Amino acid sequence: MTTHQRSDVVRFRIFSTVVLALLAVLALLPILLIAVASVTNEDVLVASGYTFFPAKLSLDSYYYMVRQSSLILRSYGVTILVTALGTLTSVVLTTTLAYPMSRKDFKYRNLLAFFVFFTMLFNGGVVSSYIMWSRIFHIKNTLFALIVPNFLVTAFNVLLVRNYYANAIPHAMIESAQIDGATEFTIFVKIMVPLAIPTIATISLFTGLIYWNDWINCLYYITDSKLYPLQNLLIRIMNNIQFLKVSTNVQLLGTMNIELPGSSVRMAMAVIGIIPVLVIFPFVQKYFIKGVVLGAIKG
Amino acid sequence: MEKRRSKRLAKTGPLLLIAAPGILYLLINNYLPMFGVFLAFKDFNYFKGIFGSDWCGFDNFRFLFKTRDAWIMTRNTLLYNAAFIVVGTIVAIFIAILLYELGQRRRVRLFQSALMLPNLFSWVVIGFVVYAFLNADTGYINNTVFPWLGIEPFSWYSTPGPWPVILVIVYLWKYMGVTSIIYIASIAGIDKGVYEAAQIDGASKLQQILKITVPLLKPTVIIMVLMAIGRIFYSDFGLFYQVPQNSGRLFSVTQTIDTYVYRGLMELNDVGMSAAAALYQSVVGLLLVLGANTLVRKLDNENALF
Repeated sequence: MTTHQRSDVVRFRIFSTVVLALLAVLALLPILLIAVASVTNEDVLVASGYTFFPAKLSLDSYYYMVRQSSLILRSYGVTILVTALGTLTSVVLTTTLAYPMSRKDFKYRNLLAFFVFFTMLFNGGVVSSYIMWSRIFHIKNTLFALIVPNFLVTAFNVLLVRNYYANAIPHAMIESAQIDGATEFTIFVKIMVPLAIPTIATISLFTGLIYWNDWINCLYYITDSKLYPLQNLLIRIMNNIQFLKVSTNVQLLGTMNIELPGSSVRMAMAVIGIIPVLVIFPFVQKYFIKGVVLGAIKG
Repeated sequence: MEKRRSKRLAKTGPLLLIAAPGILYLLINNYLPMFGVFLAFKDFNYFKGIFGSDWCGFDNFRFLFKTRDAWIMTRNTLLYNAAFIVVGTIVAIFIAILLYELGQRRRVRLFQSALMLPNLFSWVVIGFVVYAFLNADTGYINNTVFPWLGIEPFSWYSTPGPWPVILVIVYLWKYMGVTSIIYIASIAGIDKGVYEAAQIDGASKLQQILKITVPLLKPTVIIMVLMAIGRIFYSDFGLFYQVPQNSGRLFSVTQTIDTYVYRGLMELNDVGMSAAAALYQSVVGLLLVLGANTLVRKLDNENALF
């Protein structure tokens, strides 16, 4: 490398750093805006709108949420429950489906692969699946409606796990277990599941994020606000901030009635919706990146 | 020989059993609704039920394609996807190259985390973020940016004009950090010897990027674009429904096939039309995927989906 080229590399590195820093700031600023808005004094908000540098800060919106917390806690609970159950069920169904597909000595592996893959090509559309779930399985206004439709098994995840089993785990391992007299079920539970932990982490992450962020199943199947996940409570509040007040009024009788700081509570709700994701993400980022790369190489 | 055969068959049973719950789920969730496409040919009536409703042939389709809705939703779906493909690909490659050239892992990780963050948020939360900027009374743009520039406040949620640009920006904001990961992986796979040879020949950094990196990304770009074309009849429901806050005044620029199907089914109770639109989407979508895959296979057999 000539000195000219070396300075060229340095210059390019500086350019990259500056541009990326700018883009990173642009990516984060919108999130900062809602975070600041959530701790802005309501009067200031009404007068001068959402801003990055409010004249007066206040934690009223968070106090308000704590006092009116039953509704929020309930929907938080629904979201946590749905995410946990959905992810767990999904991992079980996905790995059990992927494992036989990965076995070269399994007679129906190609048939099964096509069966899974075809779901990526064609679907019956939301109308028939809505009619099926609501009129044949009657899942409207049950917890099942938030867990079962759409997300439990996706071809993408199944193929991800299948490829991992097929490429990263030597067949000899299965054969030696068979010689030792292990049943297929034992082999799966005792050998294949523990070996696939990194991939299971990746699909759990994708699936968990889908359940945590899902609001569409609720939009279709839930009308009872007791079963609202956090996301749908957010939608409800966006449409009508008074919803928070009306539905908790009963519990407030007898206690001091507090003013609803509408504009800041809205944003505070959004903030508490993303905090768990923000907290977990740094620890799981590498699985996330791995999954995206693997998925793109061979969907 | 006979014994080996029986042993091989014996293996099928337990393995099938292990796969059974997953198979059952896909049969119900994905395959059963495929038979429901006949609803598109029925004059659906809630009281008469799925099977009791009268057949109406292609009437639903005839009505659907007579309305302006069919044209608007098809146009919007196609144009937005086209914009996402073109702008999205360019921006993702740009970010990927910059991230790759940074070299320092800690800085890469930092920037990458920041850029990926929006991808973790639901469309509902993103809708809130957009609302914080755009709402007429307390929005950041109307209250801070426009007064500063001396522009009158603007009623964003009832003026269609700016929305195509807004939606493309929101799309880029949510997806670019993640999409660029794929291109980074692709750049990392380029043979380092090529760059060394170029350096010996005196190529500058910019020349190396334009003459080596970008051309060698072509196979990845082609695959990604063709896969996106296979999905060009589908849209991100949340982006077009939740981000514009389901505002009726904006339908001319936010209605896509997915939002039309939802509104027909859940808000207007027009099951027949909705089913017709959904089937239109599924069938054209299937043809596009098959077409795109045929092209991929011709160009690069390795990367074909099937």
